[in-house]
Amino acid sequence: MKLALKIWRQNDASSKGKMVDYTVEKIEPDMSFLEMLDILNDELIVKGEDTVAFDHDCREGICGMCSLFINGEAHGPDRLVTTCQLHMRKFKDGDTIYIEPFRAKGFPVIKDLVVDRSAFDRIQQSGGFISVNTSGNTIDANTIPIPKHDADKAFDAATCIGCGACVATCKNSSAMLFVSAKVSQFSLLPQGKVEAKERVLNMVNQMDAEGFGNCTNTGACEVECPKGISLENIARMNREYLKSSII
Amino acid sequence: MALDSKTPTGPIAEKWTHYKDHINLVNPANKRNLDIIIVGTGLAGGSAAATLAELGYNVKAFCFQDSPRRAHSIAAQGGINAAKNYQGDGDSTFRLFYDTVKGGDYRAREANVHRLAEVSTNIIDQCVAQGVPFAREYGGLLDNRSFGGTLVSRTFYAKGQTGQQLLLGAYSAMNRQIGRGKIKMHNRHEMLDLVIVDGKARGIIARDMVSGKIERHSAHAVVIASGGYGNVFFLSTNAMGSNVTAAWKIHKRGAFFANPCYTQIHPTCIPVSGDHQAKLTLMSESLRNDGRIWVPAKLEDAKMIREGKLKPTQLAEEDRDYYLERRYPAFGNLVPRDIASRAAKERCDAGFGVNKTGEAVYLDFAAAIERYGIDQARLKHLDENDKQLVIKLGTEIVANKYGNLFQMYEKIVDEDPYSTPMMIYPAVHYTMGGTWVDYNLQTTIPGCFSIGESNFSDHGANRLGASALMQGLADGYFVLPYTIGDYLAPDIKMGKIPTDSTEFEAAEKNVVDQINRLMNNGGSKPADYFHKKLGKIMWDKVGMSRNEKGLKDAQQEIAQIREDFYKEVKIPGTSDSFNPELAKAMRVADFLELGELFAKDALHRNESCGGHFREEYQTTDGEAQRDDENFAYVAAWEYKGNPSDAVLHKEPLSFENVKLVQRSYK
Repeated sequence: MKLALKIWRQNDASSKGKMVDYTVEKIEPDMSFLEMLDILNDELIVKGEDTVAFDHDCREGICGMCSLFINGEAHGPDRLVTTCQLHMRKFKDGDTIYIEPFRAKGFPVIKDLVVDRSAFDRIQQSGGFISVNTSGNTIDANTIPIPKHDADKAFDAATCIGCGACVATCKNSSAMLFVSAKVSQFSLLPQGKVEAKERVLNMVNQMDAEGFGNCTNTGACEVECPKGISLENIARMNREYLKSSII
Repeated sequence: MALDSKTPTGPIAEKWTHYKDHINLVNPANKRNLDIIIVGTGLAGGSAAATLAELGYNVKAFCFQDSPRRAHSIAAQGGINAAKNYQGDGDSTFRLFYDTVKGGDYRAREANVHRLAEVSTNIIDQCVAQGVPFAREYGGLLDNRSFGGTLVSRTFYAKGQTGQQLLLGAYSAMNRQIGRGKIKMHNRHEMLDLVIVDGKARGIIARDMVSGKIERHSAHAVVIASGGYGNVFFLSTNAMGSNVTAAWKIHKRGAFFANPCYTQIHPTCIPVSGDHQAKLTLMSESLRNDGRIWVPAKLEDAKMIREGKLKPTQLAEEDRDYYLERRYPAFGNLVPRDIASRAAKERCDAGFGVNKTGEAVYLDFAAAIERYGIDQARLKHLDENDKQLVIKLGTEIVANKYGNLFQMYEKIVDEDPYSTPMMIYPAVHYTMGGTWVDYNLQTTIPGCFSIGESNFSDHGANRLGASALMQGLADGYFVLPYTIGDYLAPDIKMGKIPTDSTEFEAAEKNVVDQINRLMNNGGSKPADYFHKKLGKIMWDKVGMSRNEKGLKDAQQEIAQIREDFYKEVKIPGTSDSFNPELAKAMRVADFLELGELFAKDALHRNESCGGHFREEYQTTDGEAQRDDENFAYVAAWEYKGNPSDAVLHKEPLSFENVKLVQRSYK
């Protein structure tokens, strides 16, 4: 395949960026999207040009490091995948592909397609944990039975990889799917109930302080989430938040 | 220098308890006067950072990713072992210890492995208390599954994302301490040198990968938790950024590197599809619980399949060779990884491979789907003779167990593994070798510790499935917090370590010089060009099976690539900005040195054991032939300038609690 690429280039957070045109040839359907970018970068090096910076690491859809807005969609046109799992068989010879960073006030650009998502870490630091020290003297793991249904639901929420696709997709740049996934995981488990009130209040406060918007129920985040995190989690977080605010 | 493992005396089951009762402790008021640097935030580094901060130490943690949550521990799929014996199937601390020593082909240190087995149960308790959502049964209790190389079900799991859930547990514990100010987190930083003051590790030189700034960081002790070096093969299941740099830098400063040739080639990975490929994807070993591995029994069928003229589902039962079940009836598809990998290679080399390249075997779920379907039909009082219904019911069960893995496979290969068998082939996955450490997890540099995959200590020559997560968390949560306290006790009145000393200056200059050399050499080839060349030599000559000639050639060829690299590599951009190519080139430079030592180690070990298979040393039926008389030792290499000049030191291994036998899974 021969493809035309329009890629966002920006030197650093303070400089202005623009879309730049590139062409790649001999792209095979079995290649991953990021392997296609590897090929482009190797060509740029040989030509003596600066490479296109993009974040990536595990390349198997689990670390959450890769991002990219491809043809107007977070993680590209496929569903339930991250960009690193997107394969070129989803494109046709002669296609033009627009590649942009995840854009949000809370995600400033570092370079080209790389953004700073440390706001997510700070939200987790504000309450995304259960306060137990490591001692080796906690109670036996099977002391408290947890209904399978609750454990499974907690697991589903916990599979969030913190990539930020929800924020990038949302017209309000809301981080509520991300925050609610963590709140839900812990609120569904007996271990998490002790600090449930402080947790949801602190995490939502931090989310607001980082400049993320609110949820207006468009559901775009759920559609683009590579891990299929359900909108139901946002409803659960709102319930937890309300409960914690009035009691 | 004689290697002293500092293993406590006494009966093996009492060593760790006795040790803990007699070490020096640091009182809580003094812990806040002590700083600890931790490089890497995977299961080992993350759990160590959280625990040491909880205890009161000031922790400075470093990772090259944009968040500690992204370390490659996150990609571990199958599970974590613990000797809980919840299933009542005869498991015990001793059995876990025994299985691990045997699985490692008798090349691990007994005392370390026993300690690992002892603390394994605490890990599960700790993680559940943190809110890790392990899989549960309908009664609400924790579920277990079985893994390769064992005869009990002791593996705890969270679908196919166990590593992710455990790492998020450690990450949440870290977050609590970052929020309290007890951990200072440095994301997007790479450690580029170790600083030694008066013979003790007292700091590191790190590069801020966003600004390019070279930074000095001091501490009373330095902990390396930077993972394994599988990417020396270029293609592996490791993350793209996984590297040997931190471990290699301490090696160059005096830490011995042990058993570099012990590498795990995992049997169930998605086969290579072409030259463009940048990385390989693992399919969890847990799939071997239910999947049956086979190739066509006849060469002509294999050929037809490779040419696309025959489909695997069209092959009758009697035309299939379930070679693991045939060769190893006792363990069948659940033989340890090294054995399963070699068996796959043997069949493919003999011409029975099933994909275009001839390097793939089948992993088939049809029998499992049918078995589960019939179970379900009976349970629900439905017609168990209705084939379509049985397949539908069975598929639901398999999807529930392995759904995310099947989805991952389908996205990469573009085939539906529920209706046609998966294709798999071995790939580099884990490195058992690593920096040499004593019982305290301390390297040969005082004050420099190494934990998790970056050390060598617990898995011998082959790691059993679901033991990496166990070791990472054991080291970080339960072992290092004791041993490092014992080391730090004399330092309580030292005060902050200054970073303006000549030692820091010299180390910083060393780093800056290397960066300048790479930036200014005026070459024309990307770093990946050299990395791929290195990887090919490693795979062809230092991979699943090795021989004397190949290893000798490999050493020379790698030295040549290293020379070319410094002449011809081209790094675009500048060193004082965000520059992924510079980071990559610095890692490749270290792999080019490690690769040669790796081959040297493999050449010197004139035996086959675990993941190290020398063609000259095999039994008549093609199994690994150990030489316990001459090679029951840890090979610890001392850096002397060139990898070829590395000096060998031996730590003899004695087995007092496990009898050395020819490992058999038949």
